[in-house]
Amino acid sequence: MTQVKMTVNGKDASGDVEGRTLLAQFLRDDLGLTGTHIGCDTSQCGACVVHVNGEAVKACTMLAVEADGAEVATIEGQANADGSLNVIQQAFQDHHGLQCGFCTPGMVMSAAALLKENPKPTEADVRHYLDGNICRCTGYHNIVKAIMAASGQDVSAIAAE
Amino acid sequence: MYNFDVERPSTIQDAVKAMGREEAQPMSGGQTLIPTLKARLAAPSVLVSLTGIDEMKGVCLDDEGRVCIGGATTHATVAREAEAHYPALASLAARIGDPAVRNRGTIGGSIANNDPSACYPAGALGSGATIVTNNREIAADDYFQGMFETALEEGEIVTEVKFPVPTAAHYEKILQPASRFPLVAAFVAKFSDGVRVAITGASNDGVFRWAEAEQALSSNFSPDAVAGLSLDGSNMISDLHGTGAYRAHLCGVMTKRAVAAIG
Repeated sequence: MTQVKMTVNGKDASGDVEGRTLLAQFLRDDLGLTGTHIGCDTSQCGACVVHVNGEAVKACTMLAVEADGAEVATIEGQANADGSLNVIQQAFQDHHGLQCGFCTPGMVMSAAALLKENPKPTEADVRHYLDGNICRCTGYHNIVKAIMAASGQDVSAIAAE
Repeated sequence: MYNFDVERPSTIQDAVKAMGREEAQPMSGGQTLIPTLKARLAAPSVLVSLTGIDEMKGVCLDDEGRVCIGGATTHATVAREAEAHYPALASLAARIGDPAVRNRGTIGGSIANNDPSACYPAGALGSGATIVTNNREIAADDYFQGMFETALEEGEIVTEVKFPVPTAAHYEKILQPASRFPLVAAFVAKFSDGVRVAITGASNDGVFRWAEAEQALSSNFSPDAVAGLSLDGSNMISDLHGTGAYRAHLCGVMTKRAVAAIG
């Protein structure tokens, strides 16, 4: 077992892990942060997307030991300090950007990464960026709309509600 | 996944030393290797993580004007930092996998694995790149030796890849819709002394140069020059996504499109 220490959502976190322990497992099983979902476990679906040192990564395809010393952000740290939903989360609610919700943590984390590097994406930019986030309920329209709205753009012309 | 020890060296020298341990396996971004370990298709005793080696990261130009990319440089970094020097290569990197995969996956990992459908082998072979390891330099023409086969010896690590920059180049791929790997892709690079065409995703022998297309394009750089050419599909990958004959056909289509994109 190896001891790992990292910052998760701004707080110090540590634990003893095996070499094979995935970051997703460490977050969920050791830290109890079960908002990071494991969907496919083969790095296709994106339900496990978290940020490591500010970059979106698939937590099911990164070893926990490789996040030693890193700053990790998960869905649990996305809400505002007073507990209210952040802009992206609120936009998902306002625009019905989820149905079953399983993919939503990854969608929100990917959206946050996208808007950080591209604050005013086009609809095509959003769709392209979500290449690695699979949703089996919504058909993506409302997810795309929510992300466009979260970027402060007028979404009234975007079809499907 | 079976358990293993993880070594996290911070220098190439320490990585080579760690690779001396029994049943050691280097791992770069792990975007292929971790799924492989999960499927128990590999079971190393020691995993040597190359992601903490700063001397293996980054994009720069050398005295000969080649774009030199550290082996542990992520696709996302190449997409950003190679754009000004070699846009076709940056574009190739920007279209691998998805954003999260590009933030972890590296050029060294892709080149070392030599997946028959990977993008970087086409870019490296098509550019006539040089593969630099911890103890030698290997021309791309000698490096790629077949499906998942390379000139790398046991414990050898890809530390850098040096790309001569063509006057124009383009990477054209058609996606296999489930895996998002190329079903077939062509990297066409136009140099002052000739044209190189590398094809990935098609052959059972992995990435290869299409000599007839190179010849035809070197004397007449236009889509029409390759219109009459065809490849034999009998030694091409044949699976539920496409027959060998279909892939052989796509080689021509992708090459023509790449040439048309260059103009």
